[in-house]
Amino acid sequence: MSKRTYERPYLRKLNAGLGNKFGTRHSQLPVTEIDGVPVASIMEEYGSPCFVLSEQTIRQTYRNAVRAFGTRYPKVQMAWSYKTNYLNAVCRIFHEEGSWAEVVSIFEYRKALGNGVPGNQIIFNGPDKSADDLRFAVQNGSLIHMDHLDELYQLSEILATEDLKARVALRINMDTGVYPLWDRFGFNYENGSAWTAVTKVMAQPRMQLVGLHCHIGTYMLSAQAYAVAANKLCDLALEIRNQYQHRIEYLDLGGGFASGNTLKGSYLQGSDVIPTMDDYAEAISGAILQHPFGMSGELPTLFLESGRALIDDAGYLLGTVLALKRLGDGRRATIMDFGVNLLFTSFWYEHRISPAQDYSSHHEDMVLYGPLCMNIDVVRENVSLPLLQKGDRVVVHRVGAYNMTQWMQFIQMRPNVVLIDTRGQVHLIRRKEDVQTLNSQELTPAYLEANKGS
Amino acid sequence: MKISQNIAISENGFLFNPATGDSFSTNDTGKEIVRLLQEGKNQAQILDAMEGLFATDRASLEKDLADFLYMLGNYRILDANTAQSR
Amino acid sequence: MVLTPNASGRIPCTVAVSGLNNVDSPGPGMPVIRSLRQSQRYDFRIVGLSYDSLEPGLYMHDLVDKSYQVPLPSAGTGALMERLRYLQSVEKIDVLIPNFDAELHNFIRLAPALESELGIRTFLPSLQEFDARHKAVLHEYGQMHGVKVPVSSTVFTINEFHRALEVSVYPLVVKGKYYDAQIAHSADEALSAFYKISAKWGLPVLVQQYVRGTEVNVTALGDGAGQCIGAVPMRKLYITDKGKAWAGVSIEDPELMRLSAELVASARWRGPCELEYMRTEEGEYYLMEMNPRFPAWVYLAVGCGQNHPEALVDLALGQKPQAMNDYEVGKMFIRYSQDLVVPMQEFEKISTLGEL
Repeated sequence: MSKRTYERPYLRKLNAGLGNKFGTRHSQLPVTEIDGVPVASIMEEYGSPCFVLSEQTIRQTYRNAVRAFGTRYPKVQMAWSYKTNYLNAVCRIFHEEGSWAEVVSIFEYRKALGNGVPGNQIIFNGPDKSADDLRFAVQNGSLIHMDHLDELYQLSEILATEDLKARVALRINMDTGVYPLWDRFGFNYENGSAWTAVTKVMAQPRMQLVGLHCHIGTYMLSAQAYAVAANKLCDLALEIRNQYQHRIEYLDLGGGFASGNTLKGSYLQGSDVIPTMDDYAEAISGAILQHPFGMSGELPTLFLESGRALIDDAGYLLGTVLALKRLGDGRRATIMDFGVNLLFTSFWYEHRISPAQDYSSHHEDMVLYGPLCMNIDVVRENVSLPLLQKGDRVVVHRVGAYNMTQWMQFIQMRPNVVLIDTRGQVHLIRRKEDVQTLNSQELTPAYLEANKGS
Repeated sequence: MKISQNIAISENGFLFNPATGDSFSTNDTGKEIVRLLQEGKNQAQILDAMEGLFATDRASLEKDLADFLYMLGNYRILDANTAQSR
Repeated sequence: MVLTPNASGRIPCTVAVSGLNNVDSPGPGMPVIRSLRQSQRYDFRIVGLSYDSLEPGLYMHDLVDKSYQVPLPSAGTGALMERLRYLQSVEKIDVLIPNFDAELHNFIRLAPALESELGIRTFLPSLQEFDARHKAVLHEYGQMHGVKVPVSSTVFTINEFHRALEVSVYPLVVKGKYYDAQIAHSADEALSAFYKISAKWGLPVLVQQYVRGTEVNVTALGDGAGQCIGAVPMRKLYITDKGKAWAGVSIEDPELMRLSAELVASARWRGPCELEYMRTEEGEYYLMEMNPRFPAWVYLAVGCGQNHPEALVDLALGQKPQAMNDYEVGKMFIRYSQDLVVPMQEFEKISTLGEL
């Protein structure tokens, strides 16, 4: 007689108020393939943990956004938010689709140039631009989005000394009825500093004010807030036209569109509560089109710097169960080979995690720990998963945004990142780090070198 | 190691402890272990029996059995005094 | 959709109902089912949807024909849809009436798919209407539809709280995000209430104009096209320590009825709702809350001559029920609780198989 398939024994006390397992299989259905490629084969070839990106999902998500906005507004230009995921392969897919680059440091700026983006299709945002950075960007004809007055004065000085002209925009912050109000970036609309900045730029003969920019927050659950923001930017643009007979070429509504991840503390699933791309598009386009810009030729171009909503769904993290244990209070704990070092977003998301192999219908509540020898390394404080065992594989969903830029090299090295192309071919796009990678950056003073081995 | 008297376990894996009024849900492996306990088997005998029944290695069985017995003891399904004995 | 009457001349119809938690703070499910059971026109088969193995309705077999566990709203619409697909492979549910505040969002989102894919009809407001009457934006909602709502502001920080106090008149009410409310007669009291409530429930808190008066409630049904199909007003006579009505009486109040019918018409409210008002000594009505579902006391409306759940089934099936304008005044409801004695096997069945 052949032996029975083994599942570890399980015992759950039936309490009132705990809900039930019926129908919850959905979230635990095994995910054995990504875009038709077996998870097991990826892990065998590229190791565990391993990040996976789906080119097909990236392109589909991008095209859906372009459709949502493009069918509602005649002039739309996307600019890929580099900080969300600046792996070159990822950036190049967005650029191929027609996206410009939105960068917030000279490092990202150089990456964009390296990815073949023409200087005049780079938006240079953020509070940190040195004199050298500004000079370089202006020489390249990039759009300079100014964050503070110090930057404005510095740029003015550079333009005068070097006899250059710059195309600039102002970042505006405002009350859109949402919390928190991001008033640390740019110039405040309500208290008049935005208008003061406008008058200062307009007084600069070497600066051409071409755009107005705002970025009202992140993971915005209200599409309506964007309508408020668009209205205020439009009012400002029209006021500039009235006062200076000067046309603003574009309005940059930034990003902040939510992805389907579930925020910690949210009762409902993220994917059930977030607005769709069409909701955001309707709110923004509807608001701009209500303003008297005149004939369509005079309508400002709508720039969007969406990052998270365009890449989150395309990213997966594959990992392996290292060990199981029972905590002092009786809770089950599962230790994975990935932690907050790779999943920075687990600080605010309850990431969906699926097993990568078949299971019975039984499941148990557990804490999911990462591999770090650090108390903060908790991936999920409470998650219900099937009866995992050592060596089992899991797939973490919606990790494409911020994790591959905010990850830390702490205790562990950063793993391989692969891209599945639209034909199902797997490509390594970032090699895993090893001790060499890190040591190559270090220098040991000679006097310490001499003691080696003694 | 003695399982409490009158523990009732159904085909569905519903386990009721009449002494405490608690009820539990368990899986096939858990049912098998409870059955072996009811037959009066000790930990080593259960382990041997399980090894014959299931396709897995002894180390996993040993670790999982110890954890399961701990849980049974915790819920007073196993006589607390005997739960840890070999 | 037209269903054919059976031999007894009544129309067979299967209705799925949630909210079987007929406990001391009862869900509306069982009262809705009792209302349906009063129907002379329909022959209902009732399918109960439960979240917990101890919801009393699961064990009331004279009222509920069969029950199924469904995943908690937090599991998402995907899990819910998958479960309902299974249910519909066994049952032939014609209409589904959700009764829990927390589940409505998901059911509203699923409504089109439920109908097109599974043939299950619902009669729910749109997500937009559902969100528009939310606690935090009720004031704007009232302004839009000609009903007074106490002025309130939502504050996230202590600075915002101070600013809100500057423009407030005392006494005022400090309300928690989910529960809790304290009346404050001075800035000091308000501040202490802010700290207490925000410590307990987190931010934001609501600062609201205080309205003194008598609480009166209306259960109503809108057809979504601007007509109020029925409405019955009730004044609570006895309130439990959980703030729930233990006894109440239907009252005669033409002004309240006019206001409610106009609100339901103006908002083109689709489905059932409970309107909670405060009537001041000057005879003004303030809408305090609008719940987008039947109240647990909806059976009183049946006793007064208006069967709202039955009319909801009509609406869901695409029929236009007659508007109900009359109701009996002076009918009372008094809630009671009693113990059901059930064999352990029933609990085992619902716990392990998810069906009973």
